[in-house]
Amino acid sequence: MATLHTVNKSPFERTSLQRCMDFALPGCAILLLEDGVYAARTGSDYAQQLKSLADVRVFVLGPDAQARGVSVDATIGVVDYVGFVELAVEFSKVQSWL
Amino acid sequence: MKFGILVNEGPYQHQAADTAYQFAAAVLSSGHELQRVFFYHDGVNNATRLTTPPQDDRHIVNRWSQLAADHGVDLVVCVAAAQRRGIADVDEARRNGKDADNLAPGFRISGLGQLIETAIEADRLVSFGD
Amino acid sequence: MAKRLMYLNRRAPHGSVYAAESLEVVLIGAAFDQQVCMAFVDDGVFQLLEGQDTSAIGIKNFTRAFKALGDYDVTELYVEQESLTERGLSAADLMSITYEDEDDDWNEKPSMQIVSRAQMAQLLEAQDVVFNF
Repeated sequence: MATLHTVNKSPFERTSLQRCMDFALPGCAILLLEDGVYAARTGSDYAQQLKSLADVRVFVLGPDAQARGVSVDATIGVVDYVGFVELAVEFSKVQSWL
Repeated sequence: MKFGILVNEGPYQHQAADTAYQFAAAVLSSGHELQRVFFYHDGVNNATRLTTPPQDDRHIVNRWSQLAADHGVDLVVCVAAAQRRGIADVDEARRNGKDADNLAPGFRISGLGQLIETAIEADRLVSFGD
Repeated sequence: MAKRLMYLNRRAPHGSVYAAESLEVVLIGAAFDQQVCMAFVDDGVFQLLEGQDTSAIGIKNFTRAFKALGDYDVTELYVEQESLTERGLSAADLMSITYEDEDDDWNEKPSMQIVSRAQMAQLLEAQDVVFNF
């Protein structure tokens, strides 16, 4: 069973992204949405940290990045709401780090 | 696949209610089943029919009501959380001696057991909040 | 087949309603015969502090209900060590929560277990559903 972890707050505001990275085991995935997309900015430290997680796929919710004018780091996949649903289907549960 | 959604935040204050709605719509357009949307904490405020948002912006409450009307989605508001925050249907208003009710169309008020039931019956439970 | 449900608590008590209202879910959920546990991470560990007195702030002290969890067959409370350490806390600072083990002559046993972050991550991964408030 692998988990889809979601983070909806900016890493500069809350520790939720940090906590998520602590808990995301190999085989899991992380989806950044709402204010969480700020962690995905091209070349940011957080994008680097996310990339360094062993065997953890990282995604960003495209509509939220677009809304905020955030250019997404090339290492991070972009999905829309339908893609979010597909990820929720693919993984056995969704863990929302609020 | 059967989905359940938990909405923990009210309309407009945070993006949670919007994201929850967009996710709900995507669940349905993808051909999956949306077993229930459960509203808890300030999420119950998604169910008041007294909102008048600006005309050039989204009407969050009506959007939920439309989802129920178009797709038969079960929108459940937690009774305890609703009582605390002043969301009441006709029966609740009468039972608690209130002079008005405000529940929007498509919503129903019920107990936390409905949330647990969704957690048990749905294949996936996705939470949205602050 | 019973599902494994985890109630994940990450917020402090009293400053917001999340802790109190999530405990209500736990108590209602106890009637549904699933395999439940509670997890306390980050500021959630503050919910378990001994000596909380809310009388001067005029808010009901919901944390007293933790003592009743054993009666509701909620007997697994996992507390993250790192969250305690980061906050300068130890097990000695926490309230005593126990249950009576019907499989062991109704002996009173502690409901709380302190686990490492790594163990908590494994525990979370093993759940079917996690409630986040």
